[in-house]
Amino acid sequence: MSLKAKVGIVGYGVYIPPYRIKIEDIAKAWGKDGNDISKSLNVYEKAVADFDEDACTIAVEAAKNAVNDFNIDAQKIGALYVGSESHPYAVKPTASIVGDAINAGPDLMCADLQFACKAGTAGMQICYGLVKADLIEYGMAIGADTAQSRPNDALEFTAASGGAAFIIGKNEEEVIAEILDTYSYTTDTPDFWRRPKADYPSHAGRFTGEPAYFKHVISAAKKIMEKNNLHSKDFDYVVFHQPNGKFPLRAADILDFEKKKVEPGLLTPFIGNTYSGASIVGLAAVLDISKPENMILLVSYGSGAGSDAFILKVTDNIKNRYSKNKVKDMINSKVYIDYINYIKHRKKIKG
Amino acid sequence: MSNYALPLIWRKFPERYNLLGNKCTNCGRSYFPSRKICPNCRRKGHLIEEVMPKEGKIISFTKVFSAPEGFEEEVPYFLAIIELINGVRLLAQIVDNEDHKVLIGAKVKMVFRKISEKDEESPIAYGYKFKIVE
Repeated sequence: MSLKAKVGIVGYGVYIPPYRIKIEDIAKAWGKDGNDISKSLNVYEKAVADFDEDACTIAVEAAKNAVNDFNIDAQKIGALYVGSESHPYAVKPTASIVGDAINAGPDLMCADLQFACKAGTAGMQICYGLVKADLIEYGMAIGADTAQSRPNDALEFTAASGGAAFIIGKNEEEVIAEILDTYSYTTDTPDFWRRPKADYPSHAGRFTGEPAYFKHVISAAKKIMEKNNLHSKDFDYVVFHQPNGKFPLRAADILDFEKKKVEPGLLTPFIGNTYSGASIVGLAAVLDISKPENMILLVSYGSGAGSDAFILKVTDNIKNRYSKNKVKDMINSKVYIDYINYIKHRKKIKG
Repeated sequence: MSNYALPLIWRKFPERYNLLGNKCTNCGRSYFPSRKICPNCRRKGHLIEEVMPKEGKIISFTKVFSAPEGFEEEVPYFLAIIELINGVRLLAQIVDNEDHKVLIGAKVKMVFRKISEKDEESPIAYGYKFKIVE
């Protein structure tokens, strides 16, 4: 294969658990004003995983949707990476479970990734490199989380569950969005972390904004656009990591993207922050409505800290290769639970 | 899942992850879980592996309030006899649904879930459960 062959997304799948809790119900439990919190974060409800769900089950459901909806032979997937900050095991890969569950093994490169909320896009970069180097036919990258948050912490209003799987390939008849370029911006910035035996992550409050999220997201977006001689006006959609519903809108404003270009991929107001899934579930929502020739800028962010940026160009194939499990339908398919059920679901009651 | 059962659980991964059963090429009957011999054809039977369909309907169900060890935190939950679209029946947990939607005849599809975990240091058993599709 020539190194100039089109490499890109040949399939994708999303999974969002149906349970939802309203932010006002979380606020009520702690004597806070839910309306104020929802308005300040631009988040109104969040997706909650069931008792028997974890990052692995979410990854499997997203992977199954990707393989089935896009008619991909799982036996031809040569690499599978699962990014998460809530892997069910500290030692024992999630990726090998997903591999067997979708029947992709045993001829399979496999590993779990961890880079806070951007481990899913890190997997996409690895798959992109492997496919471009002609070492594999398809690579699958998954970002999935059942995000942890300490009760009555600011994170509790946003930390949610969900994930997406992307299959990277090079078959000209299958590529629905060509990856034109990818670039990462990385520094050692301790804005958010979780030590090995801690149940919940810690964060540095307002420090997670300017020197962390905005510095990395804006830098990655600017540099990849400069590198490719492109400007905000050249893109139809932009998808940012979305820890809340406000940060991506501000990032879009700083980078001179119109609001209508960021809103289709901004899902945190309705499902919360799905951590490793957040930016790529947003990308899936944009691909659900994309047309041929649409240009998409994707910029993830992972605390610690780094941003992965991708420039994608939608191809004609999207007219006949599309997801049958639309993100919008998953968002609208929901069952509300109260705070008591929420803490039972997330096993926050310790015996 | 206790550690001593690990080899047993591991052998069941294809069955639990992908509903792998078998089929008799002589009479065409499908079986899940897999059979060692076809009870219909006996020595004339010839069994080959067959992946079961992932869709079906509820034949009967019960709501569990008093759960066995390991499932106490999940009560109340539904257990159902499900008939897959190839006619094979199996017992599975029904998840993710509002109570009024769990009905005899309701259409279901397989989902991948945690089945059990003894404690925080034990391995996790994953496998099939079903959810209602509307």
